[in-house]
Amino acid sequence: MTTYETRGLVNIIVDPGKCIAEKGCRVCIDVCPTDILILDLGNGKVRMAYDECWYCLPCQHDCPTQAIRVEIPYLLR
Amino acid sequence: MKTRNIEVDVLVIGGGTAGPMAAIKARQKSPQLKVLLLDKANVKRAGAIAEGMDSVNNAIIPGYATPEQYVKEITIANDGIVNQAAINAYAIRSHDMIRELDSWGVKFEKDETGEYAVKKVHHLGSYVLPMPEGYDIKKHIFKKLRKFGVEVSNRLITTRLLVGRDGRIAGAMALDSRSGEFVVIRAKAVVLCTGSAGRLGLPSSGYLFGTYENPTNAGDGYSMAYHAGAELSGIECFQINPLIKDYNGPACAYVTGPFGGYTVNARGERFIKSDYWSGQMMLEFWRELEGGNGPVYLKLDHLAGETVSKIENVLHVTERPSRGLFHEGRGVNYRSDLVEMHISEIGLCGGHSASGVWVDESARTTVPGLYAAGDLCNVAHNYMLGAFVFGQIAGEDAVDYVVGKEQAQIDEEQIESERERVFAPLLRAEGIPPTQIEYKLRRMVNDYLQPPKVTSKMEIGLQRFAAIGEDLKQMKANNPHELMRAMEVYAILDCAEIAAIASLYRTESRWGLYHYRPDFEERNDQDWFVFVEVKKGADGRPQCFTRPVPPYIYPLDENERDAYSKMRVDTPLAA
Ligand SMILES: Cc1cc2nc3c(=O)[nH]c(=O)nc-3n(C[C@H](O)[C@H](O)[C@H](O)COP(=O)(O)OP(=O)(O)OC[C@H]3O[C@@H](n4cnc5c(N)ncnc54)[C@H](O)[C@@H]3O)c2cc1C
Ligand code: SF4
Ligand code: SF4
Repeated sequence: MTTYETRGLVNIIVDPGKCIAEKGCRVCIDVCPTDILILDLGNGKVRMAYDECWYCLPCQHDCPTQAIRVEIPYLLR
Repeated sequence: MKTRNIEVDVLVIGGGTAGPMAAIKARQKSPQLKVLLLDKANVKRAGAIAEGMDSVNNAIIPGYATPEQYVKEITIANDGIVNQAAINAYAIRSHDMIRELDSWGVKFEKDETGEYAVKKVHHLGSYVLPMPEGYDIKKHIFKKLRKFGVEVSNRLITTRLLVGRDGRIAGAMALDSRSGEFVVIRAKAVVLCTGSAGRLGLPSSGYLFGTYENPTNAGDGYSMAYHAGAELSGIECFQINPLIKDYNGPACAYVTGPFGGYTVNARGERFIKSDYWSGQMMLEFWRELEGGNGPVYLKLDHLAGETVSKIENVLHVTERPSRGLFHEGRGVNYRSDLVEMHISEIGLCGGHSASGVWVDESARTTVPGLYAAGDLCNVAHNYMLGAFVFGQIAGEDAVDYVVGKEQAQIDEEQIESERERVFAPLLRAEGIPPTQIEYKLRRMVNDYLQPPKVTSKMEIGLQRFAAIGEDLKQMKANNPHELMRAMEVYAILDCAEIAAIASLYRTESRWGLYHYRPDFEERNDQDWFVFVEVKKGADGRPQCFTRPVPPYIYPLDENERDAYSKMRVDTPLAA
């Protein structure tokens, strides 16, 4: 059985200039109910890893540096 | 795949609304007990009230309403099929719970004299208490969890309950969705507060997580209670909501109604008398759409700019605060544009309709030591405040239940077979991704279970669900996160099957659109003035049976009985 990787438009926009994950911040990763945010080991910042967002906003509201912006998922816009 | 073992007195599963209250009240009553609250998300921001709530839908405040009026209204709205004792258990505690939350810092709207400012939205009485500043409710509750020393564990998805040899509850098993650990929790009492089955139908957007409910609520609790042998009730009374099209969240008529907003058809005419969510109202909504009079809209463009600003200050900051972003993206402004509404996909929810785990007025299920509270239990139209109150009732009763009890004896085999089931998708070398199976399953739910419920369609649906059940043997997860999704697919499938079976069993129409069966067009009180219950049978398959409606505490007058059947405006009113 073979499967393929899919692509999708990310709707959680992280400003790498503002995100302080490298200083140990994990607030957005912690509060996200669907657990879709992860630490990107490449750039040390946070990114969306699964297309499972409820556009509910705790990540944006609790981020100490206003580094996150939630957009409405593309299929709903 | 390490196993972690935990032992507590009271285990509360689900840290949204009912769960934290159950845990707080258990510790408050008995501080020496070990109480563990766990959630698959993070209790700080978990559940339906993650971003607060914009109103109490069912406040029973002296001077505005009495428990008797409320219990009667909910009885009528549910076409008579309620356990009034359970509704009353909520009603008599409603005001005290509001006052307690108020004392914790939760903000409710008050008038100039400092009294709660209740509004009328329901068909008959006044029960809506606005919460324009209700966004930080979770913060206040979290403080109390700390204060009362409740132990909290996040990112644990419980997959099955443990039942003792003597038939009483013995704990639960869970997967840590971060570490992939298997967790066995032994408990003398378990309070299940896992919310609705909100990922049952597929939103018409096609987005799996674009649900009305917090999508963490996949129906796990229904499935767990069922496999533990508990009785489920009113499953055929689906949850279907009128929502902002595509956004799939509430508009919300409860907020806008008291300001003068209302629902209209494409001609700008009002066609329903009350915007309070009921199956009867949803039937008229559906008829309007089907009858070529759609789209249906929420109308606010006639209101003063100042009023609209007030509405925006509620709708765009609390509960579903991304509503504003959505409207902005579409260029919709309440001042000049109507808000297009549609009918949601189906779900199961006691708190909105009446589909849940059977509980009595003490929140007890039919399994000794197992409690259910909130959207998961079948106390009709209980909403947020009902979740808090039933959480309290369950937490306090569980404390009494565990007195003098040891942990129940169990067969270890239960644990082994569950461990095998849980980790199979991870161990498989290749297979179908959980999300793809979920998509197909939920699309089939739409095709075959979305009302009107047609007998032959539901029968085909059961065949499709059985085939998908076979596909689960090929489901492949690549990491603990995907494994959590895989376990949710199992639960969704259980809910879909049970929903079809319970719907086929009740051969009449009832609750407006929630159980509209064109093959049995009429409501038939002669044969069906009963609850339909589902339980796991000896053969491991769902079995249906009836349960009588307990005698009413507050009997209805003949002329009150059908008030909710008269939802349609007699002659359309031009706006
Ligand atoms: C968008 C929206 C708007 C609403 N508006 C109003 C309103 O204005 N007024 C009102 O009174 N009511 C409103 N309600 C209803 C009210 O919010 C709910 O009835 C109430 O919050 C339900 O509480 P609960 O504890 O049952 O579920 P929730 O608060 O949803 O909590 C369930 C918890 O269980 C967890 N969970 C699920 N499965 C598992 C598992 N397997 N293992 C571990 N944890 C699990 C979830 O992560 C979640 O945290 C609204 C609901 C929604 C969704
Ligand atoms: S909360 Fe903000 S700063 Fe912290 S990790 Fe997330 S995006 Fe970065
Ligand atoms: S909007 Fe909600 S679901 Fe989406 S990433 Fe933020 S917290 Fe998670």
